[in-house]
Amino acid sequence: MATVYYTDDHEWISVDNGVATVGITDYAQEQLGDLVFVELPEVGKSLSKGDAAVVVESVKAASDVYAPVDGDVTAVNEKLNDDPALVNSAAAGDGWLWKMKLADETQLEGLMDEAGYQAMIG
Amino acid sequence: MGDAGELKELPLKHLHESAGARFGGFVGWSMPITYPAGVMKEHLHTREHAGLFDISHMRLFDLEGPDAEKLLARACPLDPAQLGTGQSKLTLLLNDTAGILDDLIVTRLGPARFKVVANAGNAESDEAHLRELAKGHDCAIEPLDRVFLALQGPAAEAVLKDCGLDLSHLYFMQGFEPREGWFASRSGYTGEDGFELAMPVADATEMAEKLLADERVMWIGLAARDSLRLEAGLCLHGQDITADITPVEAALLWTIPKELRDGGTYVGSQALVAARATGASRKRVGLMPEGRQPVRAGTPLVDSSGGPAGQITSGGFGPSAGAPVAMGYVQTDLIKAEAELFAEVRGNRIPVRIHPLPFTPHHYRKG
Repeated sequence: MATVYYTDDHEWISVDNGVATVGITDYAQEQLGDLVFVELPEVGKSLSKGDAAVVVESVKAASDVYAPVDGDVTAVNEKLNDDPALVNSAAAGDGWLWKMKLADETQLEGLMDEAGYQAMIG
Repeated sequence: MGDAGELKELPLKHLHESAGARFGGFVGWSMPITYPAGVMKEHLHTREHAGLFDISHMRLFDLEGPDAEKLLARACPLDPAQLGTGQSKLTLLLNDTAGILDDLIVTRLGPARFKVVANAGNAESDEAHLRELAKGHDCAIEPLDRVFLALQGPAAEAVLKDCGLDLSHLYFMQGFEPREGWFASRSGYTGEDGFELAMPVADATEMAEKLLADERVMWIGLAARDSLRLEAGLCLHGQDITADITPVEAALLWTIPKELRDGGTYVGSQALVAARATGASRKRVGLMPEGRQPVRAGTPLVDSSGGPAGQITSGGFGPSAGAPVAMGYVQTDLIKAEAELFAEVRGNRIPVRIHPLPFTPHHYRKG
């Protein structure tokens, strides 16, 4: 059973057996508006916490999505190349961005759970 | 350009709030950026039906007096005598070096009366500039407090008629005063047929609500206004045209009557003639990036050897074009040589192709 964590930057991280799936929250996609392009990282890329991992582009502007923890990219959501709007319609599901192998699971301890995140966005 | 804390509020703010608008700052104004439908739907709705825009941040002026014509002929590369009553014209305010201080729509309302529409961000400096030029002229310059709405799209004429305002006699770039304190013109900033409608604040809530009650109408925010005008190839002052750019570079000579391109009494005429003689080293063009990734304003352009080629001044995704669209300035020699061009985005080189403007055809109702 995966555990889901949230960051201050409106990302979710679903962790299952040391592999994290990362996406942006529904709140974040709503703030960004209609997405038209998602620039995904290369599989194998080594990310450090805080690195700009993905760029999501709306009609109007480009925004970075940061790596919430350290780790290597193991997969990216190729469906987003043809259908970036999946992030709008299913931010917490089919609109995931990338998967990464966690380098240090203790980094998860500083993140929020769903209740904490909901309290933050009010 | 006030700080975020001191943004000016639109008189119809209450209507935007109840429509669920998301607000953002734009040249000192708190403006609706998007509504719950989102920029994509708002954009497409405007092209298919009718979009309602609150453009009250823009400034209307009345110019009135025996010297009104003379003042305009001095301020703009424009021959006001050629402008019949009820006719509008896109013109420019130039500085001494023929840089573009602003773009204006001027409409003749009578023998000695004109309506001028200026961009929000330049309204104050335009007024000061006009007042300076008006010294010694018998012409009053009166800034107007109005709610200014634009209704754009193929259904605009029919919707207004159903709301009691029959403007079907107007052709593109014609305007008049349908009621006391009102001003209506068939014009806009989307490439679609449509109207711009200024009215006293006291009349505005009722009019806007009447329009919104029509199912063909929805509010459109500033984000879709930007994508619509970009697809239509229309310039945004401060971005695509500035005080450092001449009409020659901006490919806006068409706004200037032929006989005034060789000189005249307007401010900047000598510099314009000189700029035409030398030829522009850079020109504004439409640019279409390859692939799906938008290129944004400020993105540098390079040629195939990586040398500087120009810059993007407006860029985003065109919902009707179904692709990224942009405009910007490219070195004239590279345009002529049909050189390969690339936009440098975050370390990647995206091929871009010069594309004729507009990206989507204009649907103006011309006479």
